[in-house]
Amino acid sequence: MHLPVSLVWLIPALPLLAAGIAALAPRSCRTLAAGAAIAAMIAAFVISCLALHTALADPGAKLVANFEWFDVGAGAMRLGWLLDPLTAFMCVMVTFVASLIFIFSTGYMKADANFKQFFCFLSLFAAAMLGILVANSLLLLFICWELVGLASYLLIGFWFHKPSAAAAAKKAFITTRIGDLGLLLGLLWLADSTGSLLFYDGGNGVLEVAALGSLASQVTVGGLAVSTAIGLLIFCGAVGKSGQFPLHVWLPDAMEGPTPVSALIHAATMVAAGVFLIARVYPLMSADLALPLVPLHALTVVAFIGAITALLGATIAVAQNDIKRVLAFSTVSQLGYMMLALGVGSWVAAIFHLLTHAFFKALLFLGAGSVIHAAHHEQDIRRLGGLRGRMRITFATFAIGMMALSGVPFLFSGFWSKEAILHAAHGWQVSHLPFGAALVAVVLTAFYMTRLVAETFFGTARTEETEHAHENSAVMTVPLILLAVGAVALGFLGTPAFPWLQARLLGEPEVHGHPLFESAGLMMLSIVLVAVGLGAGWAIYGRRPRVALDAVDPLAKAAPGVIAALGNRLGFDELYAATLGRLVTAGATVADFFDRYVWGGAVTMLARLGEFAGVVNRENDESAINGGFNVVSESFRDSGRAYSRAQSGEPQSYLRFIATGFVVLMLLVILGGGR
Amino acid sequence: MSSLPILSLLVFAPWLGALVLASLGNKLGAKSSRVVGLLSSGSTLGLALVILANFAPAGAGYQFIERHSWISALRVDYHLGLDGLSLLLVLLTGLVSPLCLLASWKIQRAPHHFAALFLLLQGAALGVFLALDFFHWFLFWELSLVPAFFLIKIWGGEGATRAAYQFVIYTLAGGACLLLAFAAIAVATGTFNFTELATLAASGQLAAKLALLGGLWPKVIFIGVFLGLAVKAPLFPFHTWLPATYAEAPSGVSMFLTGIMSKMGVYGFLRILWPLFPAELHAAAPCLLGLALGGVVFGAFAALNQTDLKRMVAYSSINHVSYCLLALFAVAGASNAPAATAALIGALLQMFNHGLSAAALFACVGMLEARSGGRRGIHDFGGVRTLAPLFAGFCGVAMFSSLGLPGLNGFVGEFMIFSGVFGLAPWAAGVACLGLFATALFLLTFWQRVFHGPTGAAVAAFRDLDRVEILTLLPLVVLMVLLGVLPQLLVGLINPLVTTWVSQLP
Repeated sequence: MHLPVSLVWLIPALPLLAAGIAALAPRSCRTLAAGAAIAAMIAAFVISCLALHTALADPGAKLVANFEWFDVGAGAMRLGWLLDPLTAFMCVMVTFVASLIFIFSTGYMKADANFKQFFCFLSLFAAAMLGILVANSLLLLFICWELVGLASYLLIGFWFHKPSAAAAAKKAFITTRIGDLGLLLGLLWLADSTGSLLFYDGGNGVLEVAALGSLASQVTVGGLAVSTAIGLLIFCGAVGKSGQFPLHVWLPDAMEGPTPVSALIHAATMVAAGVFLIARVYPLMSADLALPLVPLHALTVVAFIGAITALLGATIAVAQNDIKRVLAFSTVSQLGYMMLALGVGSWVAAIFHLLTHAFFKALLFLGAGSVIHAAHHEQDIRRLGGLRGRMRITFATFAIGMMALSGVPFLFSGFWSKEAILHAAHGWQVSHLPFGAALVAVVLTAFYMTRLVAETFFGTARTEETEHAHENSAVMTVPLILLAVGAVALGFLGTPAFPWLQARLLGEPEVHGHPLFESAGLMMLSIVLVAVGLGAGWAIYGRRPRVALDAVDPLAKAAPGVIAALGNRLGFDELYAATLGRLVTAGATVADFFDRYVWGGAVTMLARLGEFAGVVNRENDESAINGGFNVVSESFRDSGRAYSRAQSGEPQSYLRFIATGFVVLMLLVILGGGR
Repeated sequence: MSSLPILSLLVFAPWLGALVLASLGNKLGAKSSRVVGLLSSGSTLGLALVILANFAPAGAGYQFIERHSWISALRVDYHLGLDGLSLLLVLLTGLVSPLCLLASWKIQRAPHHFAALFLLLQGAALGVFLALDFFHWFLFWELSLVPAFFLIKIWGGEGATRAAYQFVIYTLAGGACLLLAFAAIAVATGTFNFTELATLAASGQLAAKLALLGGLWPKVIFIGVFLGLAVKAPLFPFHTWLPATYAEAPSGVSMFLTGIMSKMGVYGFLRILWPLFPAELHAAAPCLLGLALGGVVFGAFAALNQTDLKRMVAYSSINHVSYCLLALFAVAGASNAPAATAALIGALLQMFNHGLSAAALFACVGMLEARSGGRRGIHDFGGVRTLAPLFAGFCGVAMFSSLGLPGLNGFVGEFMIFSGVFGLAPWAAGVACLGLFATALFLLTFWQRVFHGPTGAAVAAFRDLDRVEILTLLPLVVLMVLLGVLPQLLVGLINPLVTTWVSQLP
């Protein structure tokens, strides 16, 4: 059974409908809201599977259905839907992961008074993300992109009575909006240069040969090709949404939202959008690669930003003590890997890692949620501990997620997808620095994940809450198990020996694998690095687990300054507050000052001058104005008096002044120039 | 249908209501005078819908024309007509005005006088949008000031007297420039008629005739017309009367001032200045573009520094209206037909959309004031969402519409403006992004301070919206969503007109 592309809109529309139902339902209709959300998401998953089936029938084809939104002059603003393997794989992943997160949420949010609203926002969030995936127009994508921003704002600030949550929500919206303005400018430029915003439109789309050729052949400021400039502006949007350096600061704060929201943001719905965007417009991003003489290729910037982010995120994660914060920085780091893959030319590796990461990161966040739920909202790993025996399913699945994220070889999906990225980075001709950074990040990733697991699950329970923690109900554990299965199995879709996923994404009908030993050297290197990270982590945190609550972290003992700086997230927040924040405040103060004193002052001065002239003219006025006008203004004045007691009636005299002036100037014009 | 003078009816129905209220006065009682006021105000919407049903959107010319000789000595006609632009603004007036009265429902002091003055104001605004002869256009234009003055002064806040005077004197001064300039134009051409003047201008005869006045006159006349409109819109830096006025006016009146009256200025730019002085506008465009950008950026940043919520919304109004002017000046300054089309469609949409969102925001601030005994400082509240979730939801939609969130109406207009301006003056679009950023920042700060956080003692007794308040906000919120998803509903009315305008560009 196939899904016609003209029905692809059903995938985002169903969750949107569920959001609408939940929004309009009374507050007490908890089951209705959650039921609608879950049912819609499962239905969307089924439709996505059909869409995948359709897309794989001819993986090279771009199925589109365009339509007119509103008239613009003789033409129209057109939007459209798109179905290709990239869309289909992403839809299947998002709907599957989101379904499990929704089910998990029914347990996690059970006691929350705003349960209904939560499912409304969750559905909106998923709908907006799915809209990004099926859009065949950069404008439609941008619309959904901003709606993702809205939903994340609502969800991060879900516990809005907490000032920290309210602040985090605002920070996320504003930070991503900075990037979005770049995306908007890129979009405007693209529309202006090509006259269209449709990706594929029978040869007239912006990602098709004709448009790309013209974009790459024009030169703009600094000798850049227009396609490079537009690509970099679009990339700004991805930097914001996908938490890339230097706009990564919102992502760790976003954990102020309920944990299922973090799972959704970090795995399926928000940060994935940036990577997807770059993959979607990849023909545009890489259009300048054929030009040898341009000063900069757009993808070079992508690669370096990705590498910096991968290393930065992994480094900071080492010194975080909040279970969700560690995971948040690991997301920053993993997204850096994906950007790196995009930058070095292997967008399929980026999407492969995006898909596997979605599973194991959702798993890890939900696992963390399970721990937090059981330990009465304790999320400081120093205060947890010893949960291995108390929460067996959570522990087992969390460990699988941890090994997938660390890249433990062969069995876990993260190994294969990360391997693909390292392979691509190794082969990049421009520079080897990103490859080096990625290798260092491999060690750090294995290290901090080992630390996280050791502190949380090993040793002894260090607080009373942790002491009393026990495994959660099936609505929370079954999603964990299903995600764990995915975190293992998904890797086998894209091993170098049989890269089925990559071939399908690229639209190739045949799968060309090659024996594993061809790249054995690189693989061995990364296995060794993972082993080093795991070993170091275990040696420091696993062998002698923390006993006392306030025991100093062994690393902090060794290098207190470094760990303190990392724990403080290298001071990015403070830096931005001191620079950008101050700049904005100064701008506001200056604008307000000018308004009150400069423009306002000038006007007051003019008014005083006018008043003076009015006083001088008053005597003349009395005789010059005819009686009729006086009568009218008298009556005005009377009514004014009746209302306002002791006012002098100034505007009336101004009226008179103006009338006099009018007559005088009329005469002047008639006598002077208008012969 | 054609025999019925429907446009006159449209203009004078509110005045009729005002007359009834003023003459019956106290006999009516508070409740029935409110109802009479609401019904008279709602007549505009009813008639506008009748017009909408009979409007031929494909025609770019004026429809429902009424023309009678009035003062033959001065060749002044009573001349009303309506095209897509007028219809858009008449619809907006019909939608927003009754809601302003609903937002003023709880006014206890002389409600019949309030309603009468408000209806005078509404009729005058409608007259401005429909008159095609300068003479009575200007009468309507200036007459709108009188009721506005009393509405602000009598029912306004503490600083209302000062603000009302400042408002009236400033706009009167602008009006005087406009009047004097038109006196000169009438002397030179012998007509006050907008369509005739536009035809003269298009053929170059207007410039020739004005040049006959000699010397600097053509420039002075242009500047005179420009100043009159610039103060009203307002264009930066002629806006300093606005924050105090909007802040001190009662919320229902602020809604009208920002929703409708600020559109009178932009309407004047489109209807008078642009058709009559294309060459002068073209020459001045780079400078004016700078001023519009000043409004966009300074307005948004100044809003960031306000602690009085009404002043904040007032500055955001300056910012939003400046987008319309930015689009117009960009079109006047450069030639690129597709971009000009986009910019003009955007400007017209923005006029309508800003009318909805700004009116809703002022209504919301008014509701905060009503609950807190007149307080409206950004730090006076906190946690309101916990106590009044419906209020928070409606206000949230208005806020996101105002900051241009896609899916709501504000986005479409702003996007089209940016899209057009980028094609005409890319640097201006880039700079204007600063305004978008600051707008998001101050609106979300407002939201965070007022609605989020722990519930403070000051708001502990807050209740959610009552029936009248729901009735005030619901239509606006529904339209924001509807027009955000289906902008064609409005674009269909204005696109043929804009297409004709663009085809006449040099």
